[in-house]
Amino acid sequence: MTRLLEIFVPPLLVFCLFLLIWQSVTVIFDVPSFLIPAPVQVFTVAWQNAPTLLMASGLTTAGALGGFFSSFLVGLLVAFAFSQSYLIQRSFYPYAIFLQTVPIVAIAPLIIIWFGTGFFSVVLVSFIISVFPIITNGTAGLTRISPHLFDLFAINNASRWQILWKLRLPNAVPDLVTGAKISSGLSVIGAIVGEFFAGYGTDQYGLGYLIIVTSGQLKTAYLFAAILMSTMLGLLIFGVVSGLGNLLLIRWQE
Amino acid sequence: MRDAFVYTHQLNLVFDTGLHALRDVNLCLKKGEFVSIVGPSGCGKSTLLRLVAGLLEPTSGVLHVDGVTPLQARREKQEVAFVFQEANLLKWRTVRGNIRLPLELRGIPSKQATGQIDTVLNLVGLQDFADSLPRHLSGGMKMRVSLARALVTQPDLLLLDEPFGALDEITRQRLNEELLALWEHHRWTALFVTHNVFEAVFLSQRIVVMSSRPGSVVADICVPFDYPRSPELRSRGDFAALAGMVSRHLRGDL
Repeated sequence: MTRLLEIFVPPLLVFCLFLLIWQSVTVIFDVPSFLIPAPVQVFTVAWQNAPTLLMASGLTTAGALGGFFSSFLVGLLVAFAFSQSYLIQRSFYPYAIFLQTVPIVAIAPLIIIWFGTGFFSVVLVSFIISVFPIITNGTAGLTRISPHLFDLFAINNASRWQILWKLRLPNAVPDLVTGAKISSGLSVIGAIVGEFFAGYGTDQYGLGYLIIVTSGQLKTAYLFAAILMSTMLGLLIFGVVSGLGNLLLIRWQE
Repeated sequence: MRDAFVYTHQLNLVFDTGLHALRDVNLCLKKGEFVSIVGPSGCGKSTLLRLVAGLLEPTSGVLHVDGVTPLQARREKQEVAFVFQEANLLKWRTVRGNIRLPLELRGIPSKQATGQIDTVLNLVGLQDFADSLPRHLSGGMKMRVSLARALVTQPDLLLLDEPFGALDEITRQRLNEELLALWEHHRWTALFVTHNVFEAVFLSQRIVVMSSRPGSVVADICVPFDYPRSPELRSRGDFAALAGMVSRHLRGDL
């Protein structure tokens, strides 16, 4: 309990101090609220618009989770394929890098032309942004294995499938957890960026759309509240994935 | 040569790189015989073991295990087991899980497997550590697990590739004695690779001395001591004399 206090109290104190200074500066120097709203104002606006913020967060969470799970699944399948043949890996890896390096802003219009606006396109953008760490970490985990272990499986006449399930996959668990942690954070970013471009067209909208709209209307306090929710959402998803990952890794610790 | 269990005649191995690893190796092991191969590092003694295990294909020459090719002996008769230089355990599996692996890969039902695992756990004295993870075991205990994993398939031919090389001297001697006790009881054919002359003399009925580059057999020495061999054998004069002779062969003085 005291350990927990030691961990959480100092950063919380810093946060409170930060809010205090922020509040004082905006009051003392009379900063216009469309430029930098005071913390009290942000919380008030957040409170007033709580139902909308929660609805938007819910939709963004769904988009991020959709992106995260699809990138985990697809990334793992691609890593499986890469691990089975060096030729496949060499042939397709440049295109995996393409997914990582293509500016999402540049292909967002294409996505909208092909799939229209709405939830699916948001998930697709989130997927494109978050799939790469799963592919690279997964491939590393599935292939970076002591040759003596492959000999052990060969001596026991293991099939390709047995090697995959009983050697490669368990060996890749720590790398997959690392990949999932990175990917989980990226999936939230991806969902919000996706909503910038494709998050309209229905009566429901996410945080990304809210951010675009409030910034356009100079409702800066509301914008701050939306940004705050986005950050907390990212932390939450990252925290859950990290927690589950560490739980899974108990057996793998050195 | 009809009664030979492992038989090689003019066996050659040239790697793709042009390295002549083994030249004209002639070797003959009777069923149930304990033979050690000693030689300087890089003389191809481990490579020879990998050939007998069917993990490598010879360039030319004859190689039979129980009258068939190594691959047939391994795949069809399932009578070959290998003990590696390191313990080579799956770190995410418990002791029991590691020993179960060869049975799993052979598709043996878990009820039957459990009995076999308990038997070998008792043989190597690890019954109290069945549910421990490898990281909680000492080097000697890990090697015992590795030995148990090889024995659980009830092999006719046990190939050991410097299994105790990384252990401290006391542990090595104790494991030598345990290995010998197991061999006297089960009488598998054993081919034991080591660079430790004393270990070879203590364990084997016959010692094959190899020279390096290209690896070839330079001496085949009979070890006349009766079994069971007690630890006191190590301090006897004739033991030292024989070890001295093997060493001179190794250095090329004879």
